[in-house]
Amino acid sequence: MLRRTFLIGGLTASGGFLLGIPAVKALAQVDPAGASGKIGFFVEIQPDNRVVIGAAQPEIGQGVRTSMPMLVAEELDVDWANVTVRQMPLGIVKTADGYTWKYGGQGAGGSTAVTNNWDFLREVGATARQMLINAAAAQWNVESASCRTEPGEVVCDTLGKRIRYSALAEQAATLPVPEEKPVLKSPSDYRIIGKPTGVVDIREIVTGKSRFGIDTDVSGMRYAVIQRSPYLDGTVKSFDDSKARKVPGVLDVFAIEGPAPGEPYLVLASGVAVVATSTWAAMQGRKALKIEWDKGPHQQESTESFWRQAEELLSGSGQVVRDDGDLDGMLRQARKVVTARYEIPFVNHAPMEPQNCFVHVDQDKARVIAPTQSPSGASRAIAAVTGLSREHIDVEMTRVGGGFGRRLTNDYVAEAAMISQKIGTAVKLQWSREDDVKHDFYRPSGLHEMKAGLDASGTITGWTQRLASAGKYYRRPNVTPEEQYAAELYVDDFPAQIIENLRIEWFEIQSGMPRGSWRAPAHTANAFVVQSFIDEIAHASGQDPLQLRLKLYGESRALPYGQHGGPTFNPWRLSRLLEHVARRIDYAAVRPAGRAVGVASHFTFGGYAAHAVELEVSSKGTLNIERIVAAVDCGVAVNPLGVEAQLEGGTIDGLSTALNLKITVSDGQVVQSNFHNYRVARMAQMPAVLETHVLPFGDKPTGMGEMGLPSIAPALANAIYNACGVRIRKLPLRDQLKKAFA
Amino acid sequence: MIEFHVNNKPVSFSGDEDTPLLWILRDHLKLTGTKFGCGIGSCGACTVHIDGLASKACTSKASTVAGKQVTTIEGLESAHGELHPVQQAWIDEDVPQCGYCQGGQIMAAIDLLKKNPDPSDAEIAREMRNICRCGTYVRIRKAIHRASAMMREGQ
Repeated sequence: MLRRTFLIGGLTASGGFLLGIPAVKALAQVDPAGASGKIGFFVEIQPDNRVVIGAAQPEIGQGVRTSMPMLVAEELDVDWANVTVRQMPLGIVKTADGYTWKYGGQGAGGSTAVTNNWDFLREVGATARQMLINAAAAQWNVESASCRTEPGEVVCDTLGKRIRYSALAEQAATLPVPEEKPVLKSPSDYRIIGKPTGVVDIREIVTGKSRFGIDTDVSGMRYAVIQRSPYLDGTVKSFDDSKARKVPGVLDVFAIEGPAPGEPYLVLASGVAVVATSTWAAMQGRKALKIEWDKGPHQQESTESFWRQAEELLSGSGQVVRDDGDLDGMLRQARKVVTARYEIPFVNHAPMEPQNCFVHVDQDKARVIAPTQSPSGASRAIAAVTGLSREHIDVEMTRVGGGFGRRLTNDYVAEAAMISQKIGTAVKLQWSREDDVKHDFYRPSGLHEMKAGLDASGTITGWTQRLASAGKYYRRPNVTPEEQYAAELYVDDFPAQIIENLRIEWFEIQSGMPRGSWRAPAHTANAFVVQSFIDEIAHASGQDPLQLRLKLYGESRALPYGQHGGPTFNPWRLSRLLEHVARRIDYAAVRPAGRAVGVASHFTFGGYAAHAVELEVSSKGTLNIERIVAAVDCGVAVNPLGVEAQLEGGTIDGLSTALNLKITVSDGQVVQSNFHNYRVARMAQMPAVLETHVLPFGDKPTGMGEMGLPSIAPALANAIYNACGVRIRKLPLRDQLKKAFA
Repeated sequence: MIEFHVNNKPVSFSGDEDTPLLWILRDHLKLTGTKFGCGIGSCGACTVHIDGLASKACTSKASTVAGKQVTTIEGLESAHGELHPVQQAWIDEDVPQCGYCQGGQIMAAIDLLKKNPDPSDAEIAREMRNICRCGTYVRIRKAIHRASAMMREGQ
C-alpha cells in the first residue's frame, strides 16, 4: 500500500515511540509538544506502557472515534483498557499537482470510514508492532521471527524472556520502518475487533467535559451571528443598524454577500452579521436590526407550486437513465398493471448542535476549529474566502453534535472566515435553531410514478420508475444537466437486473430550495417508494409481500452495482435478513383486527438491512408502534455495540422522519422554524420494543452510518396498510393517517 | 449584579438581566456542558437543576436565578470523581452517539427519578421530553431503569 511508504517512526520528548506520517516536516523538526500533546500521529507508546492512538476521522456520533482506533490497537496488540484516543487534525500535504492526504482520507460521508480504513489502520498497528518486535530481537540478539507479542509485551519463548513495549520505545523509534507489508492477524486471533466496545470517550460525555465545536473558547475571540435572507436567494437591499449598535456588547455590524442565484454555494444566503462580546449580545443585536430584503427570483415559490410543476413534468417525457428490455411491449401484454405515485417532502437535517465555527484569519495563516464532516472542505472554504494557500490553514476537529450529511457542506465555515477577515480577529460564529431549520441543504423532495406489469402467474414482467425531483446536485460545480439524476436515482438498485424489462426516467424540478446529502441520501426516498410498491403489487396480485420479495431476491449471487457501495450487490443477503426479522416478529401469526406486521429491506452503500414492524391502528386512527425488529448485515462488525447503536439510531431517525417531518415553502420562504413545528420524534413515539440483530457475512466490514435507515419507513407504511387498509403514499405518514381517519 | 450559586460555588453576573442562564454558564462561566439546542425551551439540551428542579437554562433569565442554587452536568461528579448513578447507568448502557444532548438527558432523568424512583416505560415516555436526534431513546430508557435499580439498591 502506497500510504505505508509515508509511515515514519520516531521518539517523543518523553522517551515514547511514535508512528505517524510527518510527510511535511522531518522528524527532528516535529514539535515534541505537538507530537505528545495532541496531534499528527497514529500511535504513541508512552513510558508507562499506555498507548495513545490518533483518530483521524470526524466523530459525528457514528462511533469512528472508537472503531477506527480498535483496528490499530488490534494489530498493535495492546489491551484496549490501556488505550487513550486523541482526535487528529486535518492532514493535507501540498504536492506538485494539488493536495494529498497526510493521514489517509478524512471525512464522514457515505458510510465509508470503516471500509476505507480497514486495511490501512490495521497495517499501521501491525507495522508499529513489527518495529517493537524488531527492537526486542535486536536487544536479545535473536531473529525477529522467534519473537511474538502478547498485549503490550514482546515475548521470546526460546529465551523465556518478555519485555514491555514501553521499554522498547526508545530503540524502536530509531529503527527504519519495515519495507515489506506487515502480516495481519487471522480473525480467529482477534482480541479487540468483533468485541462489543463502549464509546471510548463516554466518561467525558456524561460529565459534560467533551468539547464540541460550540464549546470552543479562545482568549480574545469575538462572538457573531448572522441574520440571513428568509427568501430563497434573496439579498440585502438595505439595513439600519443604529439600534443594533446600541445593544451593549455589540461591536460591529456588516453585510455578508450571498451566492449569485444558480451559482455554487460558498455561503448559503446573503445577510447581515452582528459581532459582539458574547453570544447573547450578538443575538440581541440581531434582533434590533432593520433589514429590507430584495425578495429575489423565487418569491413566488411554494410547496403547492412545486407539486404542480412535478405533475406537469410527469405528464411529458423525461431523461431515460436506464432502459432494459422491452418495457412498453411487456406492459401491453401484461395481464395486470399496477401504478402508484409517491410523494417525498423536503426535510431538514436538524443536528442537535446548531452550526457554529471558530475561525481566526491572521494575515498569512488561518486557524479553524469546526464541527464538520468534511475538514478538507473546511480548508477549501477558508482558502476560497481568504485566498490563503491551504497548507497555511490549520483545521482542528471537535466532537460533532450530529451530522446527518448537513456538515458535509462548510458554508458556516466560510461565513466565519468572512467575519474574521473583516474584523481582523478570532471569531466564533453561532447559528440559532431557527437559522438551522430555515437555512439548510434539505433532503430533495420528489414525486415518483411507479408502474409494474404482471403476467397471469403474478410474475412482474415490467417495471418503471419516473421521478420528478429537485436533485441535490443543484448548483454543484462540474455537474452537467444530464448528470443531475445520478444523485437521486441509483440505477443499479433493486429491482434492476432482476426484472428484465425496466425503465427509469428523470425529470428535473426547478426550485430555489438548497439541497444536499441527507443521511443515506436518495436511498431514503427510493427504499420507501420501491418497498411500498412491492407490497402494493403483492396485494394487487394476491401474493404474500414477504414471499414476493424472497422470490425476487433469489439465490445468492453477485449482481454488478455501479454506484456507491458497489462493485456488487447480492440480493440474497436481503432475503436472509428478511427471513430473520420475519421469524423474530412471528410474521405468520394471526393478529386481532387493527394490529398487523409490515416488512421491508434495502441495500445501502454496501450494507444490507431489513425491518419488521408490528403496530396497531385504532378505529380512530391512533397509531401505536408495538415492536420493531431490525437486522443488518455489514459484513464484519468491528464493534458490535457500535453497529447496534447505528442500527437503533438509523431506525429511529427513519421512523421520526417518516412519521413526522416535512419542510414546506410559502412565498419563497421556508415555513418551519424550530422544534415546535419541526417535530423530531421524542421518547413518547418510541416503540415498546426495538430489537436489533447483527448478522455477520464474509471477512470485510462495510460502514454502518446509513444502512439502518432506509427500510424502516416502508416497513411502517406496509404495516399500517395491513392493519387498517390505508395505503400511505405521501410522507410524512402521520399527516396522511390523520387525513384518512378525519 | 445578580448573585447565585453554580455547583456549590458563588458566582455573580453583572450584564443584562434578561440574559438566559444558558449563556451565562457557557460564555461567562465557561461551563460548556450545558448545551444550546433550540433557545425556546423545547429540546432540553440545556437542562440544569435550579434549586433541585429540572429547568431549561435557555429560557431561564438571569434575574430569575438570583439567590438560587444551580447544578449543571459538571456538578454531578463527587469531589473524589465518583459519578452519579445516572451517569454510571449511561456508561453501562453505552447510551451516547454524538453525545450532544446527553448532559441534558441525564439532568432530566435525575429529576424524573427524584419524583418517581421507579418509573414505568409509559412514565418515562411522559416525563422525558428531551430530543435526541441520534435516536438513543431506547438506551436512555434502559439506562433510566438501570439507574433506578442502582439508586433503590443503594438506599
